[in-house]
Amino acid sequence: MTPLNLLEAHGLSCRYGPHQAVNDLNLSLKRGEILGLLGANGAGKSTTMKMLAGVLAPSNGHVTVNGISLAENPKAAKQQLGYLPEQPPLYPELTVVEYLRFCSELREIPRKARPNAVNRAMVECDLQSLSKRLIGNLSKGYQQRCGIAQAILHQPAIVILDEPTVGLDPIQIRGIRRLIRTLGSERGIVLSSHILAEIQTVCHRVVIMRQGRLVYDEPLSVADSKSFDTILVGFARTPNLDELAAIQGIDGITALDDRRLRIAVVSGEDPRAAIANTAVARGWGLNELHAEFRTLEDVFVRLTARDDDALTDQTTGTAA
Amino acid sequence: MTIMLSIARNEARRIFVSPLAWTVLAVLQAILGIVFLLLLIEYAQDADSERRYTGVADYIGNGLYGFATLVLLMIVPLLTMRAFAEDRRSGSLQLLLAAPASLVDIVLGKFLGLTVFTFAAIALIAVMPLMLLVGTELDLGRIAAGLLGLALLMMAFTAAGLFVSALTREPTIAAVGGFGLLLGFWLMQVLGSQSGPVGEMLGYLALTGHFENLKRGVFSSADVAYYLLFIGVFLWLTVLRLDSERG
Repeated sequence: MTPLNLLEAHGLSCRYGPHQAVNDLNLSLKRGEILGLLGANGAGKSTTMKMLAGVLAPSNGHVTVNGISLAENPKAAKQQLGYLPEQPPLYPELTVVEYLRFCSELREIPRKARPNAVNRAMVECDLQSLSKRLIGNLSKGYQQRCGIAQAILHQPAIVILDEPTVGLDPIQIRGIRRLIRTLGSERGIVLSSHILAEIQTVCHRVVIMRQGRLVYDEPLSVADSKSFDTILVGFARTPNLDELAAIQGIDGITALDDRRLRIAVVSGEDPRAAIANTAVARGWGLNELHAEFRTLEDVFVRLTARDDDALTDQTTGTAA
Repeated sequence: MTIMLSIARNEARRIFVSPLAWTVLAVLQAILGIVFLLLLIEYAQDADSERRYTGVADYIGNGLYGFATLVLLMIVPLLTMRAFAEDRRSGSLQLLLAAPASLVDIVLGKFLGLTVFTFAAIALIAVMPLMLLVGTELDLGRIAAGLLGLALLMMAFTAAGLFVSALTREPTIAAVGGFGLLLGFWLMQVLGSQSGPVGEMLGYLALTGHFENLKRGVFSSADVAYYLLFIGVFLWLTVLRLDSERG
């Protein structure tokens, strides 16, 4: 019986001395899902991925891989994992093919299947023409691809990629994204990045971390849909707030200044037409009216802005 | 087990494709070659030497092996510094940590890989006294005992060097620290000459003391056991250190 979630983390914490790098993190990954891990620098993304990959033991909490506990049975669990760390784990003095051959031994791929596995990984990462070159002489982008090849060599059920497109040129980035999407169709992938566009084009679900905590966990469709919670309106003359508040679908009004308001909307309602009608009928001189769509970028900025703690906490409550 | 051998093979390959190993071997061979030649000239010129030493193997072996330990003491930390410190800095240690390999596999693999280098160095050193077979008869058992001692000593240096290497992410610190640790064990020999139980204990713990018997051709299992224990303890400490780092 295969468990529902490929990867599951419960109450994951990691402490470096007094510094709490990751704090009580819960995460799950389904088969066929590409999960994007977003966060500002130092939010704990890499530490989380290290713990998921079994490179770093968590101070608290546990990880199960395909139903196998990473702490109790690390060997079996790690066989299901492919991991690309932030810095690709390469040996610069070896050639690409020597390196991948060693990785295939490390991953305990049966001897007969090794040449095939190495070739396939090289083809997938577009490295065939460089197989005899020393890794140390390759450009950053190709080294990154060697790192990815190593992570997918043994066709693991879960692939953990820590900033896989760093140092690649735009064409290579598209290639890697295509590869990730292909891989993601039958596996589970955890991907970290601080490039929003990357997460938006590749991932199905987004998780945002801030100061070691998970502050957002939603399918990408929610963040990216045309939903909105607020409307921005501006008038030439000061409006009557009570009259405005009486309109169907309006939850609350915040005055930005005398004539500009941010109106909170009851979810699912769209009072824009009603507001326009009222404004015209009362002669307030409507000169601005637009919904503030919730893009991933807004969510990210709102959740990770450091100097705006009150707002962040409020959002955390609703997102969780 | 197979993973451990794969790691060992890979480590050995990495050592021998790097210029460091070849430089070390060349320098080692050049210095020991000069020493060997000087010893040989001295032996040939001194009419008394045949009476004072029990054969040329005794004289040459003693001097050459003694000097070799000193050179190796300085060289081995340069090789072990790569093992964990440099791999940690370059990030490649993560490859092994993320693989389905136990820490014992990783540490033993690295140790065995370096041991391959040790044997290459010992083989080159062995050529020098064996060359004398062309002109004279040698006590081969004695030379073999000396070489075995040298190999055990070098493996002990390697184990201690690996442990220091696992402590840091700076290769230079690993080299200096490894050198310091080995020199410390060396100096115990001097302290061991003091009378009293402490002196005796230190003398027993000293790395090179146990080599003296083997150099003289005395194969004592106690000495061999000392080296094996020394190696085992430091490799175990290395495993513990990596384990504590992981969580």
